[in-house]
Amino acid sequence: MDLIGHLWLGLQTSASLANLFYCFVGVFLGTAIGVLPGLGPTATIAMLLPVTFVLPPVTALIMLAGIYYGSQYGGSTTSILVNLPGEAASVVTTLDGYQMARKGRAGAALAASAIGSFFAGTVATLLIAAFGPPMANMALRFGPAEYFSLMVMGLAASIVLAQGSLLHAIGMVVLGLLLGLIGTDVTSGIQRYTFGIFELADGIGFVTVAMGMFGLGEIIRNLEDEEQRSAIVSKITSLWPTKEDWRRMTPSILRGTAIGSVLGILPGSGSILGSFAAYSIEKKLSRNSSQFGTGAIEGVAAPESANNAGAQTSFIPMLTLGIPSNPVSALMVGAMIIHGIQPGPSVISEQPALFWGVVVSMWIGNLMLIILNLPLIGMWVRVIMIPYQYLYPGILVFCAIGVFSLKNAQFDIYLMGLFGVLGYVFSKLGCEAAPMLLAFILGPLMEEYLRRAMLLSRGNPWVFLQRPISATLLVIAVLALCSVLIPSFSKTREEAFVEGVG
Amino acid sequence: MGTAFRMGPAYFPTILGGLLFVIGTISVIRSFITGGDPIGRFAMWGLVLVTGSIFLFGSLVRGLGVALALPVLVVISAYASTKFRWGPTFIMAAGLTIFCVLVFLKGLGVPLPVLGPWLGG
Repeated sequence: MDLIGHLWLGLQTSASLANLFYCFVGVFLGTAIGVLPGLGPTATIAMLLPVTFVLPPVTALIMLAGIYYGSQYGGSTTSILVNLPGEAASVVTTLDGYQMARKGRAGAALAASAIGSFFAGTVATLLIAAFGPPMANMALRFGPAEYFSLMVMGLAASIVLAQGSLLHAIGMVVLGLLLGLIGTDVTSGIQRYTFGIFELADGIGFVTVAMGMFGLGEIIRNLEDEEQRSAIVSKITSLWPTKEDWRRMTPSILRGTAIGSVLGILPGSGSILGSFAAYSIEKKLSRNSSQFGTGAIEGVAAPESANNAGAQTSFIPMLTLGIPSNPVSALMVGAMIIHGIQPGPSVISEQPALFWGVVVSMWIGNLMLIILNLPLIGMWVRVIMIPYQYLYPGILVFCAIGVFSLKNAQFDIYLMGLFGVLGYVFSKLGCEAAPMLLAFILGPLMEEYLRRAMLLSRGNPWVFLQRPISATLLVIAVLALCSVLIPSFSKTREEAFVEGVG
Repeated sequence: MGTAFRMGPAYFPTILGGLLFVIGTISVIRSFITGGDPIGRFAMWGLVLVTGSIFLFGSLVRGLGVALALPVLVVISAYASTKFRWGPTFIMAAGLTIFCVLVFLKGLGVPLPVLGPWLGG
């Protein structure tokens, strides 16, 4: 079958009434959580995972994916209107978006962001369709050594992209790997780190960790200073950009899409890196660079296109290799496993309707999002105004019942509480949780592939460097880690994060 | 432990444990040499109330049932906010409880009692 045939199959799958409905639910919820500060896609997907168990796997994945890329749209709305990024990836949008809104051009900024995101989403969907199958074919030839090295590279990337100290990020990764090993060892059947606690024999569920660290931890942190959220919503006038706007934002959208798509594929990054890179590159290339920071439409269009492109292309490694590249896709890998689908290169050939259905649904979801976000902007403005004190007890309730329903165990509720404390303490110490969660998912897999690779090589550790693909991946990982130590790069890294926080 | 050829269950954890020990040691030593920003104030009140309400919910839910354990969770956790008010919190607790009973217990079949055995439910 050719590309058209595949896309047609995907369209048939994703255009069924039920799938369209859940796609809408996904992007709607995604926009909502994107608009609401203090509730991110990781915690939301973790909360909703138990709900999706009753759905067929395609439908579940369509909805979960919709939450993720939908949150990228919603996050930009708050950035522009109230100068509060709803999502980490839309932090740079506040720089020019809010300035535009203050000048009475909120409508044009929202339109630039939505149109850019839609274009980027369309391109990214086509990229997944075009590059998915060849990548899966390549991955079918991967042995255990290649898989191990691939995971090392993914973790290295997540370390480089983590905020704060490099040493802390490495420590978080190692801790995540160790936590992932808790439970019964698959090869020998011996229990590890269970301390005789019966409930730990199956290991810790990743949803428990994700809800605790990202849901609870975030709530406690938000309770530190509640006064921040009293912002004045700017009035929205005409939504349609002027001719001049179109002329200025078109090249920015194209560049943003390209940068976001490429960076999104990198393991460990997702959409955040893309939006930062697109903004700084646009600032260098644009003829209007003097206007950046005072309300340049390019400064909205480029990062918004990039974060949406990156959010979608980050699904490529997950769908083709079965290796999650960020906490969100890690949760989706978990969802696939729960539905009895082993994520990996064989998914495309064995479950074509699932793969292509999810891919095409992303484009349909983007179409829904542009309608949800432009004409219905007034509704989201009202959602922004929901005070946080009425929001977080609800989040806690959903986390508590959700985590219980996974294994029907009270123990998981306590465990989630424990990880909530841990998540809060780590954030106070400047240790980012994202690399830890990724490592937590990859831990058991890494050990398994390491063991197999060593068995095949009869205990010769050089096997990882003798196989060309594996060696290349390891070299990339080492280069990535070393790049942080180069003074000029580490300075840019810090600046990017400082700009993000400020 | 085993060998690199045939790894036992302790092989990988031992490597990781050693690595974490080294990282931790460097981190502690470094913190004495280089100065850094002090760690900000801990939101102790929020930390205690939020995690406390979760633990309380976990220990009460089977005995009391969702209809009582859930409002307890909502009210205690909401109390952590500086903008806490009794009226809206009670309305919110009631609304969330009804929603969860309908969606999670009736709709999705989560095996939790509405009224627990402690209340003769």
